[in-house]
Amino acid sequence: MNRPIHDPGRRAFLKVTLAASGALLVGVQWAGAEDRAAAGSTWKPNLYVRIAPDGQVTIVSKNPEAGQGVKTAFPMVVAEHLEVDWKSVQVEQAPLDDRYGRQAIGGSRGTPDGWDDLRIAGAGALLMLRQAAARRWSVPLDQVSGRDGVVYHEETARSHPYQDLLADAAQLGVPDVSELKLKNRPEQFELLGRFVPGVDNPKIIHGQALFGCDVRKEGMLYAQYVKCPTFGGKVRKANVEAVARQPGVTHCFVVAGTDRLNGLMPGVAIVGDSWWAVNRARDELKVDWEANHGDSSDGYAREAAKLAGTDGETLRQDGDVEKALDSAEKVVEASYYYPFVSHCNLEPQVATALFHESGRLEMWAPSQNPRGARGLIAETLGIAEDDIHIELERIGGGFGRRLTHDYMVETAWIARAVKRPVQLQWTREDDLQHDHYRPAAWHHFRAGIGSDGRMSAFDHHFITFGRGGDTISGASLSPNHYPAGLVPNFRLRQSLIESNVPTGPWRSPGHSAYCWAYQSFFDEVALAAERDQLEFRLDLLSKAYGEPPLDLERTAGTLRKAAEAAGWGRDPGPNRGLGLAFHFDHGSFVSHVAEVSAEGNRVRIEKFWSGVDCGPVLNLSGARNQVEGCIVDALSTAQLEITFANGAVDQSNFQDYTLATIDQSPEVECHFIQGDHPPMGLGEPPIAPATPAMTNAIFAATGVRIREQPWSKAGILV
Amino acid sequence: MASITLRINGKELALDIPSDTPLLWALRDHLDMVGTKYGCGVGLCGSCTVLIDGEPARSCTLPASAVEGMEVTTIEGFHPEGGHPVQRAWNDEDVAQCGYCQGGQILSAAALLEKNPDPDDAAIDQAMAGNICRCGTYPRIRKAVKLAAQYKSEQGGDA
Repeated sequence: MNRPIHDPGRRAFLKVTLAASGALLVGVQWAGAEDRAAAGSTWKPNLYVRIAPDGQVTIVSKNPEAGQGVKTAFPMVVAEHLEVDWKSVQVEQAPLDDRYGRQAIGGSRGTPDGWDDLRIAGAGALLMLRQAAARRWSVPLDQVSGRDGVVYHEETARSHPYQDLLADAAQLGVPDVSELKLKNRPEQFELLGRFVPGVDNPKIIHGQALFGCDVRKEGMLYAQYVKCPTFGGKVRKANVEAVARQPGVTHCFVVAGTDRLNGLMPGVAIVGDSWWAVNRARDELKVDWEANHGDSSDGYAREAAKLAGTDGETLRQDGDVEKALDSAEKVVEASYYYPFVSHCNLEPQVATALFHESGRLEMWAPSQNPRGARGLIAETLGIAEDDIHIELERIGGGFGRRLTHDYMVETAWIARAVKRPVQLQWTREDDLQHDHYRPAAWHHFRAGIGSDGRMSAFDHHFITFGRGGDTISGASLSPNHYPAGLVPNFRLRQSLIESNVPTGPWRSPGHSAYCWAYQSFFDEVALAAERDQLEFRLDLLSKAYGEPPLDLERTAGTLRKAAEAAGWGRDPGPNRGLGLAFHFDHGSFVSHVAEVSAEGNRVRIEKFWSGVDCGPVLNLSGARNQVEGCIVDALSTAQLEITFANGAVDQSNFQDYTLATIDQSPEVECHFIQGDHPPMGLGEPPIAPATPAMTNAIFAATGVRIREQPWSKAGILV
Repeated sequence: MASITLRINGKELALDIPSDTPLLWALRDHLDMVGTKYGCGVGLCGSCTVLIDGEPARSCTLPASAVEGMEVTTIEGFHPEGGHPVQRAWNDEDVAQCGYCQGGQILSAAALLEKNPDPDDAAIDQAMAGNICRCGTYPRIRKAVKLAAQYKSEQGGDA
């Protein structure tokens, strides 16, 4: 369900200061227990807007940028409310700083969390500038307006650029936030909602330094960190002296590490004066590893088959599923499987650090949650969090991978040892073989169809992964996930396979995997019930049994929108098919219709029509880009798998983990529904329903029902 | 170690590096030209694309010593004033998400337009299939290549 934008009991205050330079600094401070706790002892107002005496407006972007577009969209919110010309605005990336509160990207929470702060900062600054002008001109405030960085009094044709009013504005009492006019609706927007190119585009198209791997420091060394192919394996012995004698190598040493799979694992650090020298020296490294487990994909599959015959642990039960299945007109049964997959950011993990003699650690890194990284580093190195400073570099692909900070703690550890700036750059092989994978799972479904053609019963045995009796990261499923609450008799059972491999959040964690299973099975049920796929789903969304698992109206709205745009119900012609799916996660609602053409067992995803409800769209370019990107990601990921043998990953590089290329990419047509709701994120929600929309379309085109991923297991090639 | 002289973005640059050093690492670690990116190290992703005598090449598997005497163009040297139709189109279509692969994409697209001033989807797909974009900006890359072709024809194809 939607998370409230205003936590009850929270109150925002504007904070305004005149800097020694004469610049006006505008920030927002929250007063609420959660804010104080989050900010700890350094609770100070943040800074969002700086208006310099020369008129330059700088807007600070507090969250890391991984391509989801916050570095452009958030400053647009401020500029919209401050009434400044977007082209004249400079955007500055904030470092990790407790004054900003949450500075993380994950869970598509950036947009809803930032919305209030950004509007308050922009509108507050404008109000103060207008008040300063009204006072100087002795005219009523409501006759004074701001536009393109200038305050006007139309009647007397007087005006002041903002920079003339900075000192006056700073002397005014700050307005109460409740007095501010905050825009909510697309029809109020002038800048927001438009197609605005990214603020980092000039650097990107000219190849200027921008990413974590682009950081260069005086006297910087380059490093690799070699870990046991079996996760967490310790170093018994390594020929570090021989490696240290290799040309260009300055250091080679064993790191004992810790037991944490998401922290500093044991390994061998090789450091040198160029990355290539280190890479060559690595060929000479011989390590006797102490592997501590032998997990394998075959073993997992055998265990899953065994568990399928058990009852599992019941996580939720509504009504009487067995009885309802017995009395159903028809019973549909099917099993779905998806494998482990990797994040596979195109920028392999990288970070740069300098450990100063004073004990202060300075870092430059791509991180989705730098505060989490700081905590891990402080704990592992035994240093104070206050002694760690982290600059946020543009992230060369996030997808949840940079929420786990193994690469940063490795860099910090090496930096302390070598006492010089050092950049750790993983190889592609390191990256693919030491990821925190999206876990595999098996879904065994049984559905009963009543005489009215509706689902009367839904039984679901979810076989997933755990450690010590709990699901591991990314492997859980909410007992309240649909179709819970949409069918009168419902049961969710869960069984766990013990696993020693690292897992973690992968774009739209859980949803991006299991939505495919649900929405494919719904297709099977609708077919058995001899009902149209759209009509069946709209009907499913028309009635809740108890607490609805999602906003039925908004979900149905996106489904109707996508279906209408695609011309659902039309005959797409021979060897072509249409498929659809809906989903809700992370605050936004997305439905897709996919059209597929087939030649034998080779399919082409021709086109997508997407119905998207994420509230008002902030940057049309960014929003569309996320929908398009999620669709391509879904297509790519459905062809891939990570497998394990003897505790290690089988795949090593793009030759056996082959991401989708442009020739496979569909056309995407995106339709937004902008109802009366606050804006929500879109970095994740479009991916989950994209996979089943494609596989359902493939069934319609070929008659092949894909129940296992990658699709090649069902004989389907892209 | 080997002394080599490279011609990069119109400038002669002398280097003293191990003779097997790939051009990618010569650029990044020895010349501080970081626009060319490391993605796979085996020539499969296209992040490290540069132009060698105008032809796209994978700098991660190409020893720097092998391109002595040839003209190397990197993304930094590719129309640094930003006026090239491909760069303009890449900004106007707002192609990038994370942006990591886009330097390589731009160089591949520019090389395509040199040979085919008006490519259709099939020609674009064929020419660009060696450049992986993990963010999935492919629909925009197609649009941007077409827009670049239009910009190029408007300015008389002399860019």
